Amino acid sequence: MDLSNFMMMYQELGLLVVFVVLLLLDICAGETRAMRWFRPVALILFAVHTVAGFCCPVPAGEAFGGMYVSSPLTVLMKNVLNLGVLVVFLQAGEWLHGKETAIREGEYYVITLATLLGMYLMISAGNFMLLYIGIELASLPTACLAAYNKYKAKSAEAGAKYILMSTLASGVMMFGLSYLYGAMGTMYFADMRPLVTADWMTVLGFAFFFAGLGFKISLVPFHMWAPDVYEGAPTATTAYLSVVSKAAGCFVLLLTLHHVFGNIAQVWYYILWGVTVLTIVVGNLFAIRQQDIKRFFAYSSISQAGYIMLGVLHGTETGLSAVIYYVLVYLFSNMAAFGVIASVENRTGRTDIAAYNGFYKTNPRLALVMMLAVFSLAGIPPLGGFFSKFFIFASAAAEGDYVLVFIALLNTIISLYYYLRIVKAMFINGPEGGIGERIRTDGYNCVSLVGCTAGILLAGILSGLYGYIGSIGF
Amino acid sequence: MGYTVYIILIPMLMFLFLGLGSKWLAPRVAGLFGTLGMGVSAALAYLTAWNYFAAGVAADGAYPTVTAWSVEWLRFTDRLHIDMGVLLDPISVMMLVVITTVSLMVHIYSFGYMKGERGFQRYYAFLSLFSFSMLGLVVATNIFQMYIFWELVGASSYLLIGFYYTRPAAIAASKKAFIVTRFADLGFLIGILILSYFTGTFDFGLLTADDASLAVTSLAGSSFLGLSAATWAMALLFMGAAGKSAMFPLHIWLPDAMEGPTPVSALIHAATMVVAGVYLVARMFPLYYFAAPDVLTLITYVGAFTALFAALIAITQTDIKRVLAFSTISQIAYMMVALGVSGMGGHAGEGYTASMFHLFTHAFFKALLFLGAGSVIHAVHSNEMEAMGGLRRYMPVTHWTFLIACLAISGIPPFSGFFSKDEILSAAFGHDKVVFAVLLLVAGLTAFYMFRLYYRIFWSEDRAYEKKPHDAPATMLVPLVILALLSVTTGWLPFSELVSSDAVPYALGINWWIAAGGILVSLAGIAVATRLYCRANDLPARLAAKWAGFWRAASHRFYIDQAWLFVTKKIIFRCVSTPVAWFDRHAIDGGISGLGTGTERVSESIKKMQSGRVQTYATFFMWGVLIIVVCVFIF
Repeated sequence: MDLSNFMMMYQELGLLVVFVVLLLLDICAGETRAMRWFRPVALILFAVHTVAGFCCPVPAGEAFGGMYVSSPLTVLMKNVLNLGVLVVFLQAGEWLHGKETAIREGEYYVITLATLLGMYLMISAGNFMLLYIGIELASLPTACLAAYNKYKAKSAEAGAKYILMSTLASGVMMFGLSYLYGAMGTMYFADMRPLVTADWMTVLGFAFFFAGLGFKISLVPFHMWAPDVYEGAPTATTAYLSVVSKAAGCFVLLLTLHHVFGNIAQVWYYILWGVTVLTIVVGNLFAIRQQDIKRFFAYSSISQAGYIMLGVLHGTETGLSAVIYYVLVYLFSNMAAFGVIASVENRTGRTDIAAYNGFYKTNPRLALVMMLAVFSLAGIPPLGGFFSKFFIFASAAAEGDYVLVFIALLNTIISLYYYLRIVKAMFINGPEGGIGERIRTDGYNCVSLVGCTAGILLAGILSGLYGYIGSIGF
Repeated sequence: MGYTVYIILIPMLMFLFLGLGSKWLAPRVAGLFGTLGMGVSAALAYLTAWNYFAAGVAADGAYPTVTAWSVEWLRFTDRLHIDMGVLLDPISVMMLVVITTVSLMVHIYSFGYMKGERGFQRYYAFLSLFSFSMLGLVVATNIFQMYIFWELVGASSYLLIGFYYTRPAAIAASKKAFIVTRFADLGFLIGILILSYFTGTFDFGLLTADDASLAVTSLAGSSFLGLSAATWAMALLFMGAAGKSAMFPLHIWLPDAMEGPTPVSALIHAATMVVAGVYLVARMFPLYYFAAPDVLTLITYVGAFTALFAALIAITQTDIKRVLAFSTISQIAYMMVALGVSGMGGHAGEGYTASMFHLFTHAFFKALLFLGAGSVIHAVHSNEMEAMGGLRRYMPVTHWTFLIACLAISGIPPFSGFFSKDEILSAAFGHDKVVFAVLLLVAGLTAFYMFRLYYRIFWSEDRAYEKKPHDAPATMLVPLVILALLSVTTGWLPFSELVSSDAVPYALGINWWIAAGGILVSLAGIAVATRLYCRANDLPARLAAKWAGFWRAASHRFYIDQAWLFVTKKIIFRCVSTPVAWFDRHAIDGGISGLGTGTERVSESIKKMQSGRVQTYATFFMWGVLIIVVCVFIF
């Protein structure tokens, strides 16, 4: 048997090994004292896997007759996802140690890794069937993650809503894929690309396919599930959904647009243009009025997805690097914010914005991290968020899309308003209604916060980072 | 020579360390760390200078320009990119030595001077930041890096001048310094943009290579308001230089900046920040010489006028630090003139060498003067001459070192100022006799006001001191002695063998005819000062009464501050700012508020759409798909 095909999938295989080891460990250790070691082991294994992704030589080419594709770009995308998952793991532990979830602690890691494997397959797919399987693998277990606090009604509701909407999206996407197959008689990207024309079947197929992906990225109008699920799900899951899952969706959209639908750019450009504007505007408008911080971040992340689309919708190489860079900075910023939210929620159980009144007085360090995170999300220099917005706007402006850039800029101003609400609560408001106690974060979460803060501060200044991302094309 | 980057990095790390640790570091420890860091930097700078000059000239007979370390920071095109690097050539190596030496002296001195001050740690953190900025400026490999550090120098000097932030005068002074230099920097930035727009590069190497041919050819043919693009660019660059180097009429910030702690004045106003402008002109000298000779003429006349103007004011000031401030302006202007009259290559470039030489010697004796003045202020707790007199008996070390510095700045051999001043006079003599005459007059005035200062502090009549003044502690005296030694010896360096306009060493002797003239004029100045101020008498008062008009005008600094205030407050604020503010408040703010309230309203009205029911969500989802499909088919 020729094993070279498998060697190309070393990241998937590595992840599978981590997955199996943790699964066995979870089953064998069960409820014994050995479970204490589960978390460090999981983190170390996954950290090794992440580092290996950065360090190992990149296999480029196809495997299994074009079913699976690997290139420096796919490896880079997977590495970004790995980073996100690593941070999620660092932040999740404290919550998992809680009374209700401790007994199922190991499962959380295992399930998350399963979804990550699905995302790997999405990114590396060279065929729509594999892509579809990847999406399913990435979606279904996510519902478990959302419903993980099963004694809490909201968490259960989040899981139910997620799985219902995800099923709907899958169905729509499958429907679209069937049209595409009908039009071209093949599901392989490489074979489809020359056959794609703007005939009605292909366009219809594309529209349905796009809607299915739009669900994952939470683009308007496929976004309605996001706030409810984000609010109800455990904070670690919310962070995972808002960063990793979303990033994977964006990457796949970027790849399929380029690899399959390159010929009908004039069709999808206008669809995406409208959806982008809607996403940014609606996300912003809803974010203004939120009182719950997780819900707030749900809308904020919807509008952030809109900004990401700015880089996607031209399908250029500069757009590509801008998107990956944006996702990376967004990962650091959003994860930093969620790390703080998780700490507060674990200690006090509160997720309303009012809980952060006078936060600076009681928890200066956490408040500082939170401030940097929201400033970065709002795009204030010299933080990473400013540069990522700058690059993504520049990539759109380079294609002459000034109207879109203008709308996006206007929305940045609006977003500044609601991001500053949090800063105001923390630094200016008096302690009335606030949590008024000192929050202690565990060591793992501290590591994640320090790492994310360093990322926010340095991503913009270390220009080599953008240079490195920019050196990788489609 | 990659280690040179540590000369710059160590102060930066010290700044971060001291800045972040200021809460839990004991003052003494913080000071020690800052001083040690600076000491290491200085040692490395000396090592660099030794290695650089010992390596000697390259095959073409010139000192090589070495890029010791460089990293690309932002890339626009293949040629236009911003690097961060360390450039070594004779002037940058010289500046490294000057800055680290003076900074180290100031670090040590501050131990005694700032003892017991609140914010001692913060003070050392700021000193490190300033040193870092200044070092980064001089080793810049490209004009944009220089600009970044240029602004950092401005910001950190703002912090240092306003160190006593509870004192309104200090706050006002720091703001003034920042705003005035910032205003000038606007010119600098526009100059950079013009230059890089036409030449397509920021790199000093490319800009100055081959007699600046790149700039000459690419800027040729473009003109604006009757002046060529090259003239505009270089004149605007000079505007930035004039702001930092306090040339007339942008000099107004410097005297006020004396509100900062005295060691800061020594650091900022002797060796570093104020010579940044001179350094910039020297750095860009080939461009000035080949692309914009008119601007060099402008520099000459602005410099000569400033030198005379500041010297006249210095005569009448009674605050000892103000005297030194105006003397600094005057001396910096001397350096500018030397650059203005310089040619390119060999003996024609005498002015260039002279300017750098004077920068070098001036740094030490002017730092010595400031630190000496600090020592005096430390002893009598006042800046006013009225409170001083007869101090030579109480403070022998301060007295002798101060005298050495006065002799050096007056240009009396064998002290260092004599050598560099002679070269400047000689360069000016060969170029323009009027400028030469002005400079000669200024030399006499300099000697006069310096010895006026000297006599009124250390001679004159003994005041009835409440507490007997005494010499400062050892941490303050050691820097004085070291700087005094440097003021005596640095003049003997064969400077033209090291620094020249085209980096080719040449021999430059003393022009004894001109030297004799200079010495005579200086001695005359000293003699008059001795007659007037050595013993208390009423002659100065009578003279002042006789020349009352001049005296009042000069002691009010010729009303330049008032003129600026009139232009800004009465004209700019009223005619430009008020309408603009109205437009901003009503049109722009109104627009933004409209956006805000509009957003709020829309947000309020659509929040019902998020009902929480999955059915609704699915409906929206499907409608979304259908609308997209319909849109695709319609368009």
